[in-house]
Amino acid sequence: MVVMQVTILIFVAIAGGAVVFTRNPLNQVMGLSFFGLLLAIMFFIFQAPDVAFSQIVVGAVVIPLMVLLTLIKLKTKEQSKKNDA
Amino acid sequence: MHEFLRMLPFAVSAWLFVAGLYGIVTSRHLVHLIMCLVVVQTSTYLLLLGVGFKAGATAPIFADVPVGTPAVDPITHALMLTDIVVEATVMALLLALTIQAKERAGSVDPEELRILRG
Amino acid sequence: MTRRFRNLFFLASAAGFAVFYLWGLHLLPGFGHYPGPYGDVLNALSVYERHATDVITAVNFDYRGFDTLGEEFILFTSVMGANLLLRKQKDDKEEDPPLDLARDRLAPPTSDAVRVAGLALLLPIVVFGIYTVTHGQLTPGGGFQGGVILASAPLIIYLCGDYENFKRITSHVVAEVAEAVGAGGYAVTGLISFIFGYKYLQNFIPLGQTGDVFSGGTIALISALTGLEVAAGIVLLMISFFRQTLVYRKPGEERGDHHA
Repeated sequence: MVVMQVTILIFVAIAGGAVVFTRNPLNQVMGLSFFGLLLAIMFFIFQAPDVAFSQIVVGAVVIPLMVLLTLIKLKTKEQSKKNDA
Repeated sequence: MHEFLRMLPFAVSAWLFVAGLYGIVTSRHLVHLIMCLVVVQTSTYLLLLGVGFKAGATAPIFADVPVGTPAVDPITHALMLTDIVVEATVMALLLALTIQAKERAGSVDPEELRILRG
Repeated sequence: MTRRFRNLFFLASAAGFAVFYLWGLHLLPGFGHYPGPYGDVLNALSVYERHATDVITAVNFDYRGFDTLGEEFILFTSVMGANLLLRKQKDDKEEDPPLDLARDRLAPPTSDAVRVAGLALLLPIVVFGIYTVTHGQLTPGGGFQGGVILASAPLIIYLCGDYENFKRITSHVVAEVAEAVGAGGYAVTGLISFIFGYKYLQNFIPLGQTGDVFSGGTIALISALTGLEVAAGIVLLMISFFRQTLVYRKPGEERGDHHA
């Protein structure tokens, strides 16, 4: 049990570092989704099923969805501005 | 070894906080900044989790175990649970601000958005 | 202040912050040795006082119900703010997507595997969401979790159909009314306690039997209202964001003659 807790904490630390040090937002979204899933597993291992419930849907679906839609909108605006110029 | 295990969640929480802040300070794209803000919020969850945990205890739900069994602290879980859902909507508000920043000021680079125009 | 100096200054400050943070937490009883009485008292008394076996939901909606009311209004305000920022403005130019120059070719339909999987998963998701909301006081669940699960059902329809189907089943007015009913209903439930002579948000429904679905008093009612509000809020956010990115043109329309 202690081994699982130590392992998942180290994975969360590495994944958090990976999310921050990725500069391109499109690559970072995939890392963020995986980070959310790791967090849900961590909450489950630490005997918190309610919190894991929230984190699974929010961290892996809702936040990456909105970030991707924002990136699409920003790219469309950029290209139309280039076309007008 | 015992000392290491005793401080591990708090050490990971401090690492996530500092790394997320570093990402915010040196960011060149507003959407990257918002995702680093998510990492900073995660460090608070780890702190709450570490404070309320009891070794060898089970989840505080007594549907199938009798009432006397040792269970972890339920108040920290209640705080984390509403916080996660509220975090998602606050991120959505920040993303809407990013779209408007691109439209009004023409750039999503925080370095270029320094001067406030009224 | 150049960028390089700013980064070095930040790294020095962050190191100092980390040292003080860990030093302060060092003096606590340590991970795994929870000393405080409050959690143990709640674990021991909550099942007898509230007839609810899920202590976390009882803490959320009954013992600390006023804090949850505040959090729910943070959610309501952020959804309102995002909706306000992304609304259609008078001087908003309707821009053509620049790569869409072949008017007679439609977008490729979604693959059959995605459609079958999506339609097969739709009903279990809705049923599971309703189960999570209504059984909040018995098993892990509650208003917040069930609300986000229910909000992913229109998303599945969008993923396995297209924007036309999503627009047909989600109406802006219905989502707004549902969100207002959920948020306002929570505040009004507290006011109803005044009629019975109790304090604000004190329980006034008979408690029922432990382990039954209709137990817990006002916890079940507040949980259902919160689920409604969270689901409607997230659907509203999705409507606002989708409307921003997708320019919808029916086949046969001229370019520049479309509505989003």
